[in-house]
Amino acid sequence: MSDTTLQDICRQIAEASNLGRRINLMEVCGTHTVALFRSGVKSLMPANVRLVSGPGCPVCVTSQAYLDVACELAERPEVTVCTYGDMVRVPGRTGSLEQRRATGARVVVVYSARDAVKYAARHPDEQVVFLAVGFETTAPATAAAVLEAEQRKVDNFTVLPGHKLVMPAMRALLSAGDVPIDGFICPGHVSVVIGVNAYRPIVEEFGKPCTVAGFEPRQMLLAILSLVRQAAAGEARLENAYGVAVTDEGNAAARGFIDQVFKPANAVWRAMGTIPDSGLALRWGYEQFDAFARFGVTLGEDYEPEGCRCGEVIQGKVEPLECPLFGESCTPADPVGPCMVSSEGTCAAWYKYNRPRAGAGVAKR
Amino acid sequence: MCLAIPGKLIEVRDSGDDTVTGRVGTVDFHGSRMEVGLAFTPEATVGDWVLVHAGFTLSVLDEAEARETWQYLKEAQLVDEVPPMLSDTPADG
Ligand code: SF4
Repeated sequence: MSDTTLQDICRQIAEASNLGRRINLMEVCGTHTVALFRSGVKSLMPANVRLVSGPGCPVCVTSQAYLDVACELAERPEVTVCTYGDMVRVPGRTGSLEQRRATGARVVVVYSARDAVKYAARHPDEQVVFLAVGFETTAPATAAAVLEAEQRKVDNFTVLPGHKLVMPAMRALLSAGDVPIDGFICPGHVSVVIGVNAYRPIVEEFGKPCTVAGFEPRQMLLAILSLVRQAAAGEARLENAYGVAVTDEGNAAARGFIDQVFKPANAVWRAMGTIPDSGLALRWGYEQFDAFARFGVTLGEDYEPEGCRCGEVIQGKVEPLECPLFGESCTPADPVGPCMVSSEGTCAAWYKYNRPRAGAGVAKR
Repeated sequence: MCLAIPGKLIEVRDSGDDTVTGRVGTVDFHGSRMEVGLAFTPEATVGDWVLVHAGFTLSVLDEAEARETWQYLKEAQLVDEVPPMLSDTPADG
């Protein structure tokens, strides 16, 4: 890919977006949030094309109440919490999992849910709880781990169900109608699993164009160009700019694992409240792997860390710079909310790539 | 957390007693190797380039595209940690 081509695409975006109004495109993927900054694509956008980050960072959409349950479990002497690394630094009501670990709790970072099962098999005297968070990309691995634990009779293994489904959240955002969205840059790797066709309702029921994009600048720019053109023409189509990895149907085998172990369930999203059928609960026959049931714990009321606007950030309602704590009392080294903790969080991305030019970003709004 | 990474499948074996996760294999990410579950890509064979996430392959990729993607992910520093590996005991603290 040559730079001329990229410049060319940018020129076409500028031409197509010259409408005398703002065009808001939302990405629903933390990796896109980072890649759009990192690659410079965000800074190449015409002034009226706004790239808004939606609820695409799995750690950020996880409710504080979930994190508090995880911390509560970590404090039990018999429990070992296994988790993806992104979760350990998120502050809960009384500190993070990392802080718990410093005071003696067993918190183990794993790369895969399978590793948690292996750990459990090797430590039969511990109760191993895996924090099952993430979107459809990550859920099949959890499902396979549960099946593996069942087959190998690893009965000291449970999961704390916290998976989220992307489509119901997009639907909820559009239904609420308080965030202007002209089109979606659909997540690349979630789409590998759910397939392009999953977004059809967004196009048909809500009339919003959806384009699945990869993470290279060219793929992202082409997706943006397509969305801008459709917004300009008042059209809405379903497109795939990441054909090398994503098919119309997605990965049916991976979804089969999810369906075998989990069923759709209402889920609480940070600040968005309960969204119907937007999460996954263990099916009948697998309840013995449910940490909520095994340890008799429940999710409390959700809340935000004091002063933190993550809830509005993940819905695209405000940009990080509008949070008074941004860069002041909230930094990646000492984060207040999950959007600053996670490497895929919107606040962390802005902090890393967009601080100097940030004032301009706010003024434009 | 949703970033999947391309690598080359260099070995496939039956996981023996483990019929659930099905076949497992070793994926090479430019030098670092990792054991992955192949349950979601029954079509993958040795020599294929695959997209790996959370210890499982999610799809089989065209080699040229996979190489280009890897290159880009590295340059853009989106792969901030090489997938941890492989000792198979990352969890043993
Ligand atoms: S800057 Fe910090 S406190 Fe403000 S919304 Fe982002 S994570 Fe929350």
